Amino acid sequence: MKEFDYRRAHDVTGAVALLAADPDARFLGGGTNLVDLMKSGVERPALLVDVTELPLDRVESTADGGLRIGATVTNSDLAAHPEVRRRYPALTQAVLAGASGQLRNMATVGGNLLQRTRCGYFSDVSGPCNKRVPGSGCPAVTGEHHNHAVLGASDHCVAVHPSDMGVALTAFDAQVAYESLDGPGEMPLTDLYLPVGDTPHRETALPPGALITHITLPAAPVTANSRYRKVRERASYAFAIGSVAAALDIEDGRLRAARLALGAVASRPWRARAAEAVLTGAPATGATFAAAADAELAVARPLPDNGYKVTLMRNLMVSVLTELAEGDAR
Amino acid sequence: MAPVPSSTTSTITLNINGEKHHLSVDHRTTLLDALRERLDLTGTKKGCDQGQCGACTVLLGRRRAVACLTLAVAAEGREVTTIEGIADGDDLHPVQQAFLELDGYQCGYCTPGQICSAIAVIEEHAAGWPSAATDDVRPGPTPPPLTPDEIRERMSGNLCRCGAYVSIVQAVSRGAQAHAESRTAAAEEAAA
Amino acid sequence: MTTTTPGPQARHTAVGTARTRVEGRDKVTGAARYAGEIPLADLAHGWLVLSTATRARIVTIDTAPVLSMPGVLTVLHHANAPRLHTDYVGMLGTPPDPAAVVFQNDQVPFAGWPVALVVAETPEQAREAAEALVVTYDEEPHATALIADDPAAYAAAGHMPAETEKGDLEAQLAASAVVLDEEYTTPEEQHSMMEPHAATAMWDGGRLEVVDSNQGAGWVQSELAQLFSLDASSVRVRSEHIGGGFGSKGLRAHQVSAVMAATALQRPVRVVLTRRQTFSLAGYRSPTTQRVRLGADPDGRLRALEHRSLNQTSTVYEFVEPSAGVARVMYDADAHRTANHVVRLDVPSPTWMRAPGEAPGSFAIESALDELAERAGLDPVELRLRNEPEVGPVSGLPFSTHNLAACLREGARRFGWADRDPRPGIRRDGRWLLGTGTAAASFGAGAMPSTALVTAEADGSYTVRIAAADIGTGARTALTLIAADALETTPERVRVRIGDSDFGPAMIAGGSMGTRSWAWAITAAAAELRERLAGAPDIPPEGITVRSDTTAALGALAQKERHAFGAQFAEVAVDTATGEVRVRRMLGIFAAGRIVNPLTARNQLVGGMTWGISMALHEEAVRDRNTGRHYAPDLAGYHVATHADVPDIEADWVEDHDPDDPVGIKGVGEIGIVGAAAAVANAVWHATGVRHRNLPIRPDRTLAVSAPQPRNGAADA
Repeated sequence: MKEFDYRRAHDVTGAVALLAADPDARFLGGGTNLVDLMKSGVERPALLVDVTELPLDRVESTADGGLRIGATVTNSDLAAHPEVRRRYPALTQAVLAGASGQLRNMATVGGNLLQRTRCGYFSDVSGPCNKRVPGSGCPAVTGEHHNHAVLGASDHCVAVHPSDMGVALTAFDAQVAYESLDGPGEMPLTDLYLPVGDTPHRETALPPGALITHITLPAAPVTANSRYRKVRERASYAFAIGSVAAALDIEDGRLRAARLALGAVASRPWRARAAEAVLTGAPATGATFAAAADAELAVARPLPDNGYKVTLMRNLMVSVLTELAEGDAR
Repeated sequence: MAPVPSSTTSTITLNINGEKHHLSVDHRTTLLDALRERLDLTGTKKGCDQGQCGACTVLLGRRRAVACLTLAVAAEGREVTTIEGIADGDDLHPVQQAFLELDGYQCGYCTPGQICSAIAVIEEHAAGWPSAATDDVRPGPTPPPLTPDEIRERMSGNLCRCGAYVSIVQAVSRGAQAHAESRTAAAEEAAA
Repeated sequence: MTTTTPGPQARHTAVGTARTRVEGRDKVTGAARYAGEIPLADLAHGWLVLSTATRARIVTIDTAPVLSMPGVLTVLHHANAPRLHTDYVGMLGTPPDPAAVVFQNDQVPFAGWPVALVVAETPEQAREAAEALVVTYDEEPHATALIADDPAAYAAAGHMPAETEKGDLEAQLAASAVVLDEEYTTPEEQHSMMEPHAATAMWDGGRLEVVDSNQGAGWVQSELAQLFSLDASSVRVRSEHIGGGFGSKGLRAHQVSAVMAATALQRPVRVVLTRRQTFSLAGYRSPTTQRVRLGADPDGRLRALEHRSLNQTSTVYEFVEPSAGVARVMYDADAHRTANHVVRLDVPSPTWMRAPGEAPGSFAIESALDELAERAGLDPVELRLRNEPEVGPVSGLPFSTHNLAACLREGARRFGWADRDPRPGIRRDGRWLLGTGTAAASFGAGAMPSTALVTAEADGSYTVRIAAADIGTGARTALTLIAADALETTPERVRVRIGDSDFGPAMIAGGSMGTRSWAWAITAAAAELRERLAGAPDIPPEGITVRSDTTAALGALAQKERHAFGAQFAEVAVDTATGEVRVRRMLGIFAAGRIVNPLTARNQLVGGMTWGISMALHEEAVRDRNTGRHYAPDLAGYHVATHADVPDIEADWVEDHDPDDPVGIKGVGEIGIVGAAAAVANAVWHATGVRHRNLPIRPDRTLAVSAPQPRNGAADA
């Protein structure tokens, strides 16, 4: 780890200005990912701008009945918030399925969205990785990739995004608000992450030096009947090998609305719009759920050792949707 | 040898176990290394230095955190409690006592982290926080009982390679009971 | 001055009574100091630099830029390090692993090989400088994959004969009503003890002192003395508290490089391995491929048994994982053939890891027996009972005690085995399919020569000094109880000091032999001390000390098959839609000799069973198939079981007493893992009807077999 300067920011404008002054500066939130990456040599900042004391630590109801979540709200506080638990239970479940109690106390909402992939080649600075060193190659394609992407990847990178929280936020149409030198901006979370293509090192659509300030969740009655399920290689404290965030609104046996997003299958939390199209308006039956899952996975492109993920995600979607439908019927 | 102040070092005050420590730190110094290498508070253990084992769990304020991913300079102004600050003088904390009596350890290296974590788990549960083992996360009038499955899920950020989980869970359960009893006693005292 | 007549309350009652650990308070308050935690003025910090090449020759090491970095004191490497003496056989009968004897030449035999040590004033400076050190390599082609039929494999002995054979295997197989021929594999497994290896080396008045984390202070002391050509009396190694070992904590690169640096700088130097470095430098359990052939009569009696195992080792050190040794103790057959083979690859040197041989070997043979029971239509417990050997199947020697049947029967009773429907795949609880499985276990019960010093102090208390190691086993407490009984006093009046090579030679904490070996030495010294005290009741201020040495007593021990036995039972739940497997309950019943401290012994046994769950479901160290380097070598990439994976495991024991041991001990450190993974795998079969012969039983594997894709052409049939 190389030496670096450290500053604490006390207001958003100041934080953005501090960062802009140094091209090798990084915002420091909980540090749960950045400090680890600094130790492994992936990140070598010259300046850390500590944003944890910014006044962005509140969860507030919006006028339209949604929620506005500050970027420095910790994962723990987000998961424990009564309104999140009542109106967006899958978001609480997703956050609680991630990391550990200690890490959730440290990690921030903004940092969670911007965490880097856990691909073992990315964190090994002695080898190639297109995300870390553009053009150096992707060893995962012919190497170890049993937990790599089956959707939206390219020959240049098959890494997956590790967030659980982001999967639920993606299903719930979250908007990301940010502050940059040019002022505030906003975009849907689904637009935050750039397609992989041949530029896997370019991960987000944020303007250079921008600071995520808030996440906004619009009001939607469907989200109250929601669920997050995560499959991993031990029962807790492990990254997903596949996860599903789903929400269903059922009336008279028909699906009035559906929200579905997948985790650990792509370079970003994957909004399953093809599946949602099949679900919306269809009868709430196992056949519908299977057809929806198949529609989403039609574009899956597994590698030699991660084909199981297609089976897993199909089964997991059907299972979670069935649980939601049965729960809603009660 | 303490580094001289520069843009890559800071002179900070750390509040640890109620005591203030003034020291100059390299910004790279984690809270874990500051405790172990600079302040001779070696009870907090380094198992992985990557946030993947929980052996360095301390309390920041009343919340548990891993000291290996916390920069010392970023911990300035926080109240840090380490395993050395858990007992009340010679009187062990009920959770420490339970670990001792129920053999909630073997090699002892993960133990300070397990104990700090357990104390926070008991508080988190009492505050009504759900966990991934909670069937229904929607807020209810009372927190669901702290079952062994709830303890296992909430303690999962603390690895124990010796495999003492069974007795650790028993110890956390007993510690939680003692905590609940002391709260009840305190409430009765306050009411009287 | 006082007398040492034991009070009326002192009886032989300490052994067998549950006692909390004597160092327990230190462990729960953080006061217990481990090797990397001894404060020292003037301490320098060493950081190892490991090879990124897999098979290579070092061409250049560019030290100049690093030496000019802040705080850097020196860089040690093959061109400036002292040459060490390696032509010796250590106290455990093995030569030193070249991976520990650092910086002796320019050859790189595997990725993660130590190529340099950077020493600086602070750990942060050492780390950055180590990361900045540029090493260039001349790389050669490498081979790192273990392949079952590798023609380069050869029979290798290790600590037991490589091959055993009796009878005509093919003829007996041909005459068998039920046969089985299957291959089983286990992956590379890492010890992953919570405390990474750490050593602080310093010179003090012409004497080398090393504060280390190891499984035998005297063992490491003797190795260091040999390597550095020092008189044994001028080297002292201390290892008071050890954060887990499991076979990994012997002579390693951290001690050797720390001694080199402390010598070069003439100041104390600490070297601590990072978690990632432990993956290539701390040993590991080799992956195995095993083939089992069984033939039996319709009643299940074995006619033919063959167990062949292959493991990998490095090109610089031979280590045999003797998985095929299990059947030499457990099962007889008219034709009986076992073989342990190894193949040399460009990989790190493997080593002992909790139940070496027995852990992977029992997975194969105990899975195979379950399959045989299925094919023969027999109950798996009954099948094992029908194949109890009278004498050692290979040695022909009598067993000291053989209480496997008692374990199986008591376990079956308590687990509710009698109510089990043998049909697989028919029990459901929501999304989970349920099943139960069993397996048998054995582990050798040995003892090795040790010395102990027991002192009657003038104040009426006793001090025991022995170079034992408590790596979490509870040995310190067990020895206190044993000494109390042997001295006919109470544990409160006995102080046991361990972990110091100055206390004389002693067995290491290993092979489930530590406590038994040390107890033997302590009881011998205590007996002699009591005799002396009887003749001279006045104790001088310096006390009266007796030293024992068990070498002769152990040498006189009759040749017998000496083993602990056990029966494992597991219930699992499998979600075939997601591939998740959870262990719901587990019971182990053991015949493991006399139990010294029920509290800590149960913890040891449950710990071993927890390892079995972890081995069955989680653990696999992955190597990139192109570069031969570890992929994600850390505790997020290498999963060991955590709290949520482990149910309320129960362990208990049946009456068992080794008649030839002064205390009756057999050892409980390793028997708990033996058979545990097979019990889980057998339960997964019972739940789903699918056999898993390759560990770990991860969701990707469960899904791959439980939801098979239609074969090409199947639609045409």
